[in-house]
Amino acid sequence: MTRLAHGGLINRARTLSFRFDGKSYTGHPGDTLASALLANGVRLMGRSFKYHRPRGVFTAGSEEPNALVELRAGARREPNTRATTIELFEGLEAQSQNRWPSLDHDLLSVNRYLSPFLGAGFYYKTFMWPAAFWEKLYEPAIRRAAGLGAAAALPDPDTYEKAFAFCDVLVIGSGPAGLAAALAAGRAGARVILAEEDFRLGGRLLTEQAAIDGAPARDFVSRAEAELASLAHVRIMPRTTVFGVYDGGEYAAVERVSDHLAVPAPFQPRQRLWRIIAKRAVLAAGAFDRPIVFPGNDRPGVMTAQALATYACRYGVGAGATAAVFTNNDAGVAAALATAGAGVKLEALIDVRPALPAPLAAKAKALGVRVITSGEVIATSGKLLTGLTVRSPAGTETLAVEALGISGGATPNLNLTCHLGGKPVYREDLAAFVPATLPPGLAVAGAVAGQFSLADCLAYGTAEGVRAAADAGFTAPTLPAPQAEETATGIQPFWQVKAKGDLAFVDLQNDVSAKDVGIAHKEGFRAVELLKRYTTLGMATDQGKTSNMAGLALMAELTGQGIAATGTTLFRPPYTPVALGVLAGHHRDKDFRPTRPTPTHDWAQRQGAVFVETGFWLRAAYFPKPGEKDWLESVNREVNATRSACGVIDVSTFGKIDLQGPDVGIFLDRVYINMFSTLAVGKARYGVMLREDGLVMDDGTTARLGEQHYVMTTTTANAGKMFQHLEFCLQVLWPDLDVQIASVSEQWAQIAVSGPRSRAVLAQVVDGADVSNAALPFMGVLQTTVMGGVEARVFRLSFSGELGYEIAVPARHGAALMEALMAAGAPFGITPYGTEALGVLRIEKGHVSGSELNGQTSARDLGLGRMASTKKDYIGRVLSQRPAFLDPDRPMFVGFKPVDRSARLKAGAHLLPPGAEATTAHDEGYMTSVAYSPTLGHSIGLGFLKRGAARIGEQVRAFDPVRGGDILVEVCSPAFVDPEGEKQRV
Amino acid sequence: MRIPCPYCGARDAHEFAYLGDATVSRPDPAAPDAEDAFFTYAYLRDNPDGEHREYWYHANGCRQWLVVTRNTRTHEILGASLARASEVTA
Ligand SMILES: [Zn+2]
Repeated sequence: MTRLAHGGLINRARTLSFRFDGKSYTGHPGDTLASALLANGVRLMGRSFKYHRPRGVFTAGSEEPNALVELRAGARREPNTRATTIELFEGLEAQSQNRWPSLDHDLLSVNRYLSPFLGAGFYYKTFMWPAAFWEKLYEPAIRRAAGLGAAAALPDPDTYEKAFAFCDVLVIGSGPAGLAAALAAGRAGARVILAEEDFRLGGRLLTEQAAIDGAPARDFVSRAEAELASLAHVRIMPRTTVFGVYDGGEYAAVERVSDHLAVPAPFQPRQRLWRIIAKRAVLAAGAFDRPIVFPGNDRPGVMTAQALATYACRYGVGAGATAAVFTNNDAGVAAALATAGAGVKLEALIDVRPALPAPLAAKAKALGVRVITSGEVIATSGKLLTGLTVRSPAGTETLAVEALGISGGATPNLNLTCHLGGKPVYREDLAAFVPATLPPGLAVAGAVAGQFSLADCLAYGTAEGVRAAADAGFTAPTLPAPQAEETATGIQPFWQVKAKGDLAFVDLQNDVSAKDVGIAHKEGFRAVELLKRYTTLGMATDQGKTSNMAGLALMAELTGQGIAATGTTLFRPPYTPVALGVLAGHHRDKDFRPTRPTPTHDWAQRQGAVFVETGFWLRAAYFPKPGEKDWLESVNREVNATRSACGVIDVSTFGKIDLQGPDVGIFLDRVYINMFSTLAVGKARYGVMLREDGLVMDDGTTARLGEQHYVMTTTTANAGKMFQHLEFCLQVLWPDLDVQIASVSEQWAQIAVSGPRSRAVLAQVVDGADVSNAALPFMGVLQTTVMGGVEARVFRLSFSGELGYEIAVPARHGAALMEALMAAGAPFGITPYGTEALGVLRIEKGHVSGSELNGQTSARDLGLGRMASTKKDYIGRVLSQRPAFLDPDRPMFVGFKPVDRSARLKAGAHLLPPGAEATTAHDEGYMTSVAYSPTLGHSIGLGFLKRGAARIGEQVRAFDPVRGGDILVEVCSPAFVDPEGEKQRV
Repeated sequence: MRIPCPYCGARDAHEFAYLGDATVSRPDPAAPDAEDAFFTYAYLRDNPDGEHREYWYHANGCRQWLVVTRNTRTHEILGASLARASEVTA
């Protein structure tokens, strides 16, 4: 056991049991999986990506490159989870990944002997040839040998939420600068959100040894948290990672609501995606401790000095029975002293500098820490770290240690400042990149801004909190900033130990070594963005948070152009990996998009309808009857019943737009190709609309209900788009027209009754109105009441070609109207039909629909050219007159019958002259809609054929190579049934 | 991204539908060069760097067409007005 005798922010009174790779361990509330494993002496936590080298925990935070595990099991298994951020809970179960058969004995570690072949650019070199080998051999082999964890293959049992939050000041990070900023802004009265990715506030203060306002730093955290919690307008959001900065002061964050529990509480999401709209933001994300590159720097037990100190101080854990620290800077020294102070046996503090600052040297002496100055670690030993070789002016010696903390300096955690294109700049005095241009409304404070000392963090945090609140309109009361003793921040830039031996790693997660950077340099991939892609340095789950600096410093040394000129790769969202589940939120499975049932949905369900999704709508496709062997039999029955007696269908899904005002007629004349201002009150007319480029946009029937009142129908699919288009025309193109429009699609249920007996059925549901042919002729409109006083509009329209009516009633009466029609129609054999029969009926009648209004066809192509008025201008008129649209060779709308009547036509088939070779040069058109016609007893089709109208009676070849169709078809009029249109006028 | 709708205040960009360039206006269909003018209107669009005026429709809001001034380089929204009151579209 390496749990220290005392200390740490853990609850030693309670014990939690957990399992790692099947073995049972215990920890305490307040532990992470990483700290608990270390406390149990488990130092081996994973295998590296390419070489399968043993790896241990490297950090104590979300920047972790090594200790990635599969958390939980079964459907909740989550790969590549950082052991350093997993809050320990009772019953936690985790597995190591990327090893076989076990973590301890990984046979794939032979990969390390292949390292000459797996070096920089190996993806591009070794496996390039022959191409066929890639898919069959190389890729499967690499995937098995190299890689990360495996995702669960089962559906995610958890739920996720999305939410908006608004605030005056968003503070990101709750270390000294963040707490100070939140306090200053909160005291000023601003609405503050304090987001902290950890489950505990405090950041570096949880490890900090210096005092604030004369008391331990942790006491300051408690006081600050209590004060913030007492302010009603301040919201503290722990376990919340702000992962993206977007335009207009918008920040994306993920709140891990339940990840610290075995299973989410009832009705609680696992995670919540926040979109935070902040007037101002203060980024106080701190800095990462970065490694120094030396041979064997990846052995389990080697970690950042900050991590070593954090495990000791925050978690009461010695990362090894004995430890050492190797550094080039004062913060590294402070981390070493904190570790020793917490009770870890520190064998030596190795500093590359010739001397420590006097106060630190005195503290080291007081703690009895041996200091090796001008020292370097040149080698490590053991599968798990057992020893170091240290070179100094005094000579070379070996030290027996189980843990080594390394600190090459602080790298400001400025990821979020780059999301809107900000480029960091290098400051030689700090040996660090700091933010330069910032996203609008965002300020930086503390270590992220290069203000590394504790006193600076508190002072700048307070100042930025005051400023942010003031910018948002709140004047802060002048309270003094918290005071801290000055902490030393000196550094002597040092990146790499020059020594021969084992591989010296730059990027632990991607197994990129110093040698790989050298290869990239030699082969010309010198720009940082190329270095990244060629070597994979800085890729994958950690995005090089701990490795980028050393990588570009090494490259800068090789090119000799310096770090500032070398520059850094830019960061993009997300800051840390975000589960796809939380981005999807509720929008999964059936909730991926809304489902709109029609007004008669429940009725149709009771009739045993089979439903189909059309756009957002759920519509009845057909109504099978007992004994019918397949859908076609049902559909044929529905079609036959409609043509011989009476059929009924819910057509409420059409878009319906109410138009009122003195200028509606003029307006409709401008948006339709045909005239509507001349339409008589009480009449309806079919209309076609074009886009401005001359192609057909939509069609539908518009009725005139009054002198200044029309109601338009649009196709189901285009309902929203057409309304938007009409609003554009009215508000932008012709704001002088006095017209008001409203979408009434959902307000009116509409039911079509078709067939020779439909008048008799209608007569029984209207409240005495005369529905005779004389009183209500074809295309007539009757405003009346039905079912004893229900307001109704009866349109005498026909999509099927039969005598037909569409009856509209307020939506809440839709189901009742359907019941009334069914009851009234029973003696006449009324038959409900669905969208399948609707399609057959319209194809038999040769009406165009979505397949023909496909965005490539003109009114003339559709055979509707003669509808176009020549007496007025309308949208699309000018460009529809272009020569190509008038070309006689253009494919025109016609019908098709198979020459062999038993053959089946297929939509999508291309039309070729008989005997011609099947090449695009011979292509004469295509089939758009097909159906089996029970009326004709064979397959029929609609489509477009060159000079189609002039070729009635000709035979062409319908060629469908995709589905193996190749038959002769006869060109005919698209109106297969009642071409003269007599049946609908009776 | 937030768009300051004159009716509804600053709202999330997802509530709006984008159409495009608001600096072009529908040509006179009776002009002798109407075909060329409509061709340009329908197909040719500039892709300016910097401030741009564009049509946005507050579909999930007040249903008003807006002219939004946006910096295409920074995405900064500099303002929004009702399209019906905009002079370029008169
Ligand atoms: Zn609005």
